[in-house]
Amino acid sequence: MTSSLSDKQIQHLYWRIGFGISSTELKTIRKLSKNQIINGLFSKSKEYTALSMDFGALLKNPKDLSREERKQLQKLRRDKMNELNLLWYKQLVTTDQILREKMTLFFHDHFAVRLRTPRACLHLNNLIRKYALGNFGDMLMSVSKSPAMLLFLNNRQNRKNQPNENFSREVMELFTLGRDNGYTERDIKEAARAFTGWNFKKDGTFVFRQNHHDYGSKTFLGKTGNFTGEDIIKILLEKKQTARYLVEKLYIYFVNETIDTKHIDHLTNVFYNSGYNLKIVLKEILSSDWFYDVKHIGVKIKSPVELIVGLSKPFQIQYEDPKVLLYLQKKLNQILFFPPNVAGWPGGKTWIDNSTLMLRLKLASVILNSGVIEWSDKGDMPENMIIKQQIYKKVKSRLQKKVKAKPNWEVFLSGLEQKDKTELINFLLQPELSGTATQVISGLDPSDTKNFVIELLSLPEYQLC
Amino acid sequence: MDRRNFLKQSVFASGMTLIPSFLKGMEFLRPEQLSGYRNVIIIQLSGGNDGLNSIIPVSNDIYYSLRPEIAKKKEQTLKITDDLAFNNNLKAIAALYDLGEVSIINNVGYPNPNRSHFRSTDIWQTASDANQYLNTGWVGRYLDANCQHPYQAIEVDSSLSLALKGDTMNGIAVPDPNQLYKTTREPFFNNLVINTKNEMLDEDNQGYLYKTLLDTYSSASYIHETSKIYKTTTEYTNHPFAKNLKTIADFIVSGLKTRVYYSSLGGFDSHVNQLNSQDRLLNIYSEAVGALVKDLKKNDRFKDTLILTFSEFGRRVKQNGSRGTDHGAANNIIAIGGSLKKAGVYNELPNLSDLDDNGDIKYSIDFRRIYATILHKWLGVEDKMILHKKFSTLEFI
Repeated sequence: MTSSLSDKQIQHLYWRIGFGISSTELKTIRKLSKNQIINGLFSKSKEYTALSMDFGALLKNPKDLSREERKQLQKLRRDKMNELNLLWYKQLVTTDQILREKMTLFFHDHFAVRLRTPRACLHLNNLIRKYALGNFGDMLMSVSKSPAMLLFLNNRQNRKNQPNENFSREVMELFTLGRDNGYTERDIKEAARAFTGWNFKKDGTFVFRQNHHDYGSKTFLGKTGNFTGEDIIKILLEKKQTARYLVEKLYIYFVNETIDTKHIDHLTNVFYNSGYNLKIVLKEILSSDWFYDVKHIGVKIKSPVELIVGLSKPFQIQYEDPKVLLYLQKKLNQILFFPPNVAGWPGGKTWIDNSTLMLRLKLASVILNSGVIEWSDKGDMPENMIIKQQIYKKVKSRLQKKVKAKPNWEVFLSGLEQKDKTELINFLLQPELSGTATQVISGLDPSDTKNFVIELLSLPEYQLC
Repeated sequence: MDRRNFLKQSVFASGMTLIPSFLKGMEFLRPEQLSGYRNVIIIQLSGGNDGLNSIIPVSNDIYYSLRPEIAKKKEQTLKITDDLAFNNNLKAIAALYDLGEVSIINNVGYPNPNRSHFRSTDIWQTASDANQYLNTGWVGRYLDANCQHPYQAIEVDSSLSLALKGDTMNGIAVPDPNQLYKTTREPFFNNLVINTKNEMLDEDNQGYLYKTLLDTYSSASYIHETSKIYKTTTEYTNHPFAKNLKTIADFIVSGLKTRVYYSSLGGFDSHVNQLNSQDRLLNIYSEAVGALVKDLKKNDRFKDTLILTFSEFGRRVKQNGSRGTDHGAANNIIAIGGSLKKAGVYNELPNLSDLDDNGDIKYSIDFRRIYATILHKWLGVEDKMILHKKFSTLEFI
């Protein structure tokens, strides 16, 4: 089938597997068939670009540090965590490997780790990136043995006769079967015994400490044997429920938060029979007809990362102080490398409450226009509105003082094919317009393109993709 | 200038004309209505607070034998009875206890306890059974059934907990009332609000965004205008949690028509070397609550306030291999108020010789009985509909 996609459908695809599409790119892509477009996405993401940074004194053995250096360690760790956060942000905005980065973001949430140890966090992030379009089983095994996971879920403290069941519980509840899906408290205890002895060396490589391992017999999910941690993970992967749980999460993330059982059944079979090949299951989703159904378009509430990166990309925003990105992430409740807990970000409507919504709506005007939305109603603007607006121009909001962003309007405007009202709306907003938006837009003057664009991006509709 | 004079001189004297037209119909409490307007402050200690090391069974040998490295020695505690003592970081709470303003309720939990943080938090916040999944919180359903405005339940935080999310109404998250107000005043957003009619909104995500915008707009005005009335001069510590309680004091004394306040203190999820981190957090908690109560007493609002502190679960009685404790089940909760009916130790202490299969404390009081008590006896509303079931009430208020 070589059916071609409409502009709206291409935008849909690019929002879901990335952060939207530029008008320049759309011009080229629209000439391709659906298969060509999808294959193009995968081939661009064939390679992966690991993040890397200099850890300075963190690499030294603590014993070799001076007292002064040791005091500074905590601050250094914090600084490096921030640096790491911004490093990934930059990669998200500039990368060509968009599908891989989006999948990395998906698994960053799936294997949610909240730590203040930058080396372990960077390592885990690169590990996830490496397997993002590969085999989920391999990813699960490597992640489980990574210093970050061993630290975060306390498996280092899990020893024979002194079990710590934190990892054992979460590997079932969050990483494979899903909460309450066919395992018991007893299974958790038995699996915890199997994971005893898993640890890592100073340089971060995995080590199996035999004298900490419980070599006794364990009964896990109906099987009995002298299981090791590897055995437990293999048994979990044998369960089709693991494939289903992953597929449901992928569907919610990439397609729709309302599950379609028929599609889930089919995708579960595809994923399970492929031996957990992520590329195959993803391709199955993106190549389907239903993925492009109008009921899936413009219905997802953008995550804060999708929102900020999606806004940054087309305008090539430069932040005078990039740390402001940390501030925005915090205020919008999604700090990369700092999920709320081991379950990750709940997403969907939970992104939205009164305070996050107001900041989201203001974001475009703050970043693109010094904090002011030029409200240019052609109709009868009440007098006090005009006065209010003048006041707001003068008193640039506190947020703006903080943000100090430089958008590249020239790039954005010169890329636009059409500056016609309808075209701009279709290009910038994914969902069907609400009654309110239709009403408000009808009163707007599109002749000042720059201003009109900011107004569109300040509508609640821009929060959806 | 005290609150009464301030009110007379500012709001009433200058008239309501300063308040935008869409705020008409909103009320704040006049001085004569203020007294007796009951509210409840709910504090969640997130991460699973170890109740046994907060309120300590100092005469129990099992406690000491199961926790050889992390048991609190008697001299590290503040005596309650011969058998029970506060962790010595709970000084302010102990002082309130001595005044008859604290009720300790032991063994609170639910059948088939879940030991996952977010699941158990969900259960506590939605007041569901362990095997039941609800997407509304108990405070949210209270809003649905008994309130007219989102601001009648306020979470002083930058985000809103599930507890405050209802079917038709959500509570309001307010980290800082001024900032919330400012962001809603842009002319463009004004125009959006003016052009939105409630009946246009669908149940989908888009409708949800618009509805949240409308709610935010009107609540921000109300909270901003009303909370100007009182700014506390009581000293609170610098911790963000203390700052949040300070904001709550401002709201209560200013006379916001808010019934439920929600706030949380995180960081209790330590599985390793738990003593230091828990002690530090308990101290933050105690100092902040102490300042809040002092503030409310000064303004004669403590008698109308109930402060409930809970955690999503307690910890295992036996320590783990790393000087910590793993996720447990039933736990104690603390009720603090100026009008308690039964202060002191409300019920029997945990029975450490009769633990469940995991080695956790068994519950004897379903946590929803406490909610039912608050809803029915304190807020004076029908609790059965909100909690989906009838739970027998307790006698502490």
